[in-house]
Amino acid sequence: MTGPRQVPVAEGLFSWPSDEPRLIGAQCASCGLVGFPAGPSCVRCGSGQFVEKLLADRGTLWTFTTQNFRPPSPPYDGTDRAGSFRPYAVGYVELPGEVMVEARLTESDPARLAIGQQMRLTVIPYTVTPDGTEVVTFAFAPADTVSAAASASAAASASAAASASPVDPATQEA
Amino acid sequence: MEAVIVGVGLHPFGRFPGKSAMDMAAEAVRAALADAGVAWPQVQAGFVGSLEVANPDAIVGRLGLTGIPLRGVFNGCATAGTAVSMAARAIETGEHDLTIAIGMDKHPRGAFAADPSVAGLPGWYGQTGLFLTTHFFGMKINRYMHDHGISRETLARVAAKNFRNASGNEKAWRRTPLSEEEILGSPVLNYPLTQYMYCGPDEGAGAVVLCRADKAHQYTGRPVRVRACALRSRRLGAFEVQSPSMPVAEHAPSPTVDASRDAYEIAGIGPQDVGVAQLQDTDAGSEIIHMAENGLCQDGEQERMIADGETEIGGRLPVNTDGGLMGNGEPIGASGLRQIHELVLQLRGNAGIRQVPGSPAVGYAHLYGSPGLSAVTILST
Repeated sequence: MTGPRQVPVAEGLFSWPSDEPRLIGAQCASCGLVGFPAGPSCVRCGSGQFVEKLLADRGTLWTFTTQNFRPPSPPYDGTDRAGSFRPYAVGYVELPGEVMVEARLTESDPARLAIGQQMRLTVIPYTVTPDGTEVVTFAFAPADTVSAAASASAAASASAAASASPVDPATQEA
Repeated sequence: MEAVIVGVGLHPFGRFPGKSAMDMAAEAVRAALADAGVAWPQVQAGFVGSLEVANPDAIVGRLGLTGIPLRGVFNGCATAGTAVSMAARAIETGEHDLTIAIGMDKHPRGAFAADPSVAGLPGWYGQTGLFLTTHFFGMKINRYMHDHGISRETLARVAAKNFRNASGNEKAWRRTPLSEEEILGSPVLNYPLTQYMYCGPDEGAGAVVLCRADKAHQYTGRPVRVRACALRSRRLGAFEVQSPSMPVAEHAPSPTVDASRDAYEIAGIGPQDVGVAQLQDTDAGSEIIHMAENGLCQDGEQERMIADGETEIGGRLPVNTDGGLMGNGEPIGASGLRQIHELVLQLRGNAGIRQVPGSPAVGYAHLYGSPGLSAVTILST
């Protein structure tokens, strides 16, 4: 792997490392409800028995907002500080027939986001540990920008993901 | 036997360096007792709530060690709804004749910060910056504006109204009126909500003294009847605060809708009868959504109602006449008791320059909070 070492923020959250990461959901073995993240119990029937289910990596944006101030830390563990904090967006993405998932969005400008737009799953670094390891988490990007970024920088996926976090509006036009 | 409110007391909301939450609560209790003409030893039982104070029931050390059962209660932002509900219920069942509900808090500055485990959520949810209740408020009103044609200007009008109402309330925190331009021009915290569209955590305390309706004449000539108390938690499919996911195929209304319907049914009172309402305005968008969720208007009707001033003091349906959470801030344990305090003043006709004209007969109080629950209290003359 080129670039800094990367670790996921939690095991069992999304398939990683992977060129096409997917969120790891769970389907209740008793009532069939799909949930994310997996367990510990079904929110409909209370069952603790699940079948792992890789969720769709595309969906539509149901709603969104932005985070314009640095969240209280802890629990937030971004390495930014109040002065270097860069706003990010969060939203709910509806994965058709499966589940609606809350996630960070790679696009932080609300003017470039719209309810109903197509989104695609990606994985982004959001913080760095003291030894330089990047911690990655799942996020959704506007579907058109992901394909553009992927074709532009297939060889340097780590750095491409890094620049996608605080989005450069210029690259969004591509 | 019906419960009635015979005394209310409120410590001002705001910042009080060096003063403990419990000292504020003791003042609120003494004010409520004085309002009722009751001495502490006459109180037979009570319910007390706080987020920050681990043992709020230790307040007996400030009031007198009479040995009564004083039970701690907690339901997030709806804590005071539970305290009032339990204090009323203890009378309705015949267990006690005279009870008290108490709430207090003293929060640090800034957004609420906690480990997600306190809400049963995984660590990564907080580490990656998703564990903020304000995200929910931004996302809910963003979707609501999209679906029901609510404008940013309407958000600003709600905030301006609440600060204007607070300016007439000597116990409120933020008493400086702000123009709609100032509100829209303040920094965006969570799109589309700006800094001045939010309430903030602060400090304060409140207390309410209740008694059996048939004994009210001993204490007051103007008892306020507790017509209904309802509390409901979220159902599967409701869009709720701090939810990493939700189902796509199942939809349910907010617990506010459920609590509201329960309360109207218990009270035998309809939304058209409400003369003054206190609705959870964590942010300007919440007040707008909660108007519809509490049955007080149709979805989308708020745009016209607010432009026409219908929710102002003097309008058809005054909302948050004391400034609401935006004007008063939110000491979680006490917030709902502030609502009851204001409604009691309004129903007695004692609200001074904030008095709703026309002698309102029905007051409506609504709370909403984490982890997706709502409390509604309906009062009447």
